[in-house]
Amino acid sequence: MVSLLKKLMIQLMEQDKNILIVYAHPFSEKSRVNRTMIERVTDTPHIKISNLYEKYPDFHIDVKKEQELLLEADLIVLHHPIYWFSSPAIIKEWIFVVLLYGFAHGEGGDALRGKQFMLAVSAAGVEESYSQKGFNNFTLEEFLRPIEQTAKVCGMHYKDPFKIFGTPHLTKGQIDAHANEYKNFLVSFTGHKITK
Amino acid sequence: MEGSSFLFNALVYLSAAVVAVPLSKKAGLGAVLGYLIAGMLIGPWGLSLITEVEDILHFSEFGVVLLLFLIGLELNPSRLWKLKKKIFGMGGLQLTSSALAIGGLGILVGVDVKSAVIAGLGLSLSSTAMALQMIKERNLFNTSSGDSAFSILLFQDIAVIPMMVVLPLIGVADSLHESSSVFIPVLKGVGVIVAIIVGGRFLLRPVFRIIADTNIREIFTAFSLLLVIGIGLLMQAAGLSMALGTFLAGVILSGSEYRHELEIDIEPFKGLLLGLFFISVGMSVNFGLFFENPFPIIALMFSFVLIKALALSGIGKLFKIPKQENAFFSLVLSQGGEFAFVLFAISSAVGALPSKYSELLTVMVALSMVTTPLLMLLNDRFFNRNSENPRTNQDEKIDEAENPVIIAGFGRFGQVIARLLHSNRIGTTILDHNPNNIEMVRKFGYKVFYGDASRVDLLRTAGAEKATLLILATDDRDALTETVKNVKKYFPNLTILCRAADRIHAYELAALGVEHFTQETYQSSLSLGEKALTQLGFGNYEAKKLTNMFQKYDMETFQKHYRFHKDEVKHISLVKEARKELEEIFESDEKEFNSEKDASWG
Repeated sequence: MVSLLKKLMIQLMEQDKNILIVYAHPFSEKSRVNRTMIERVTDTPHIKISNLYEKYPDFHIDVKKEQELLLEADLIVLHHPIYWFSSPAIIKEWIFVVLLYGFAHGEGGDALRGKQFMLAVSAAGVEESYSQKGFNNFTLEEFLRPIEQTAKVCGMHYKDPFKIFGTPHLTKGQIDAHANEYKNFLVSFTGHKITK
Repeated sequence: MEGSSFLFNALVYLSAAVVAVPLSKKAGLGAVLGYLIAGMLIGPWGLSLITEVEDILHFSEFGVVLLLFLIGLELNPSRLWKLKKKIFGMGGLQLTSSALAIGGLGILVGVDVKSAVIAGLGLSLSSTAMALQMIKERNLFNTSSGDSAFSILLFQDIAVIPMMVVLPLIGVADSLHESSSVFIPVLKGVGVIVAIIVGGRFLLRPVFRIIADTNIREIFTAFSLLLVIGIGLLMQAAGLSMALGTFLAGVILSGSEYRHELEIDIEPFKGLLLGLFFISVGMSVNFGLFFENPFPIIALMFSFVLIKALALSGIGKLFKIPKQENAFFSLVLSQGGEFAFVLFAISSAVGALPSKYSELLTVMVALSMVTTPLLMLLNDRFFNRNSENPRTNQDEKIDEAENPVIIAGFGRFGQVIARLLHSNRIGTTILDHNPNNIEMVRKFGYKVFYGDASRVDLLRTAGAEKATLLILATDDRDALTETVKNVKKYFPNLTILCRAADRIHAYELAALGVEHFTQETYQSSLSLGEKALTQLGFGNYEAKKLTNMFQKYDMETFQKHYRFHKDEVKHISLVKEARKELEEIFESDEKEFNSEKDASWG
């Protein structure tokens, strides 16, 4: 109820929307694609980044803090490389300890209701491999069903994932272009007018 | 001549004890009976090796005084308060019923009323020393019967005071006209008790602190004895029982951090003096009188023992003591007590009791002390199958002294561990040898005791036999090693967690069989090292992984090398080897972790 009113208010006042990127890469310094993407949106107004592996190298997540960040956001992005058809381990931990009964789901758990949710993922395999006839037997969407359902259970609106395939073979130019696209997409969501 | 006669006497006593007690224990008769028999043998009616019995008896009564002090230390006031119903209820009932019955019996056999009253009162008292010894031997403290027996004994101790006050009056009752003489002793008595309580609460702790700060153990021991003797004499000057005074002092000190140290220092003196006491009781049994009329004396003696046992049995049923404990309870207090000697001596001195009666009664009391161990034996063998340990069948509350963890050392190292355990509601007993550490943290509500943890007796008092863990966190590396050796020897089932000063010390500890130790600076160094990595551009997660990896390999190297640390030469080359090994491992790990295509990280 409250978030609905808030949404109306935002639309009414044309307030900028907030984005929270929950970023999970265990060795970001070694990353090409994801690091470039995240660096591109660092220090952007209305975009907050929670770098899980950097904040919690021992996996001891500060639940209260992460929940506060979620509350402020209108769009929640889970940004990570695909490892073994799923997310890096800390995302699982984050889902488990942060999206608690009574907060994100269940009785009284409507903190995330009505918010937007999106995955921003990168895969090493090429797009063709992620198909019924392809090497990986299933589409990427099918691999991402668990997260999709998680978002739905929490009452969030699941947007199409922002994705890129074949990461080992991407050129610097391609990576750069992808990163820009990422930034533009997020910035336009915030509604913030770029005054440059 | 004086000196050598003292030594000779000491020789006799010690020999008697050393011979008689082991034999008596072997025969299942208990230490007390051994002492009594030893006394009978060496005394004027036996081999006559000792003849001045009176002096020794008075001197060794001090053992009883020390005993009550130690008992007071073990108790705490809240526990005492909880027992008040038993103390006054059971105690009062026992004393009055026994005194009346025994006194009545006396009148029936033709004794005059005054003597019968005195005899009844005196004989209704029980032997604190013997009863407590037996309760301790069977580990029955904190059980229904143990608590009840103790409460009754306590009441008897209190009751002795009015008895002592009243007796002189009976003696000179014919010429009584000084009513004021009742008030002055009472006033003196109350005054002294108040002084002890006030002094104990406010003066003692700072004084102990000063003494402890000198760090000279003998001075602490000397002060403890001084304290007990001083209080004893003070009480005596006020006409009160010495034992009651020291008992009060013990109770006051039971909450202090010096309690364990006091216990350890006083215990050996108490042990020896009590032994001496029982020997002298044995010596003072007037066998001459006995052999004149053995049967009547035995009959009378058994009569009063029986009366007391029956009365106690009834009280036990009334106060709901479990059946299997009631027999023990009735017997353990059925004998006559050491205060009876004092009472009868005073009574005959003031002319209240004819000396022929006082001598007779003294013999009866001494003999009755012999009966108790024998009766116990009979009870165990024939009536009580469960003589092993009735405790196991009860669900009694565990004494708080049985904390699962003992932490030795409450400085920087120990405090953190204690806090972690404490916040998880794990009971810990804390020992520290520096009064400054203790003083400071007591404010925060920790149970801390002053003492040197490398001493086996302190560890034992602190509960090492029942504890699950012993955490050694003191900063003296040699003392730590010494303590480990002692613990492995005397408490082999106790798990040790030990602080190691450095790698070499860790080698020593590992060689002694310590499984769990931490080098005191190691984790801190690693932690700062990890931070260094992050400052140099490694991500937090990677830095942590690398640090963990380093630690793992370091531990593996440690395990391989600790056996050889004594062999210097070999050790040095091994260390060099280990360093090379580590580098190689790091390189190969790097290769594994970083495949050629960084891009596969995504």
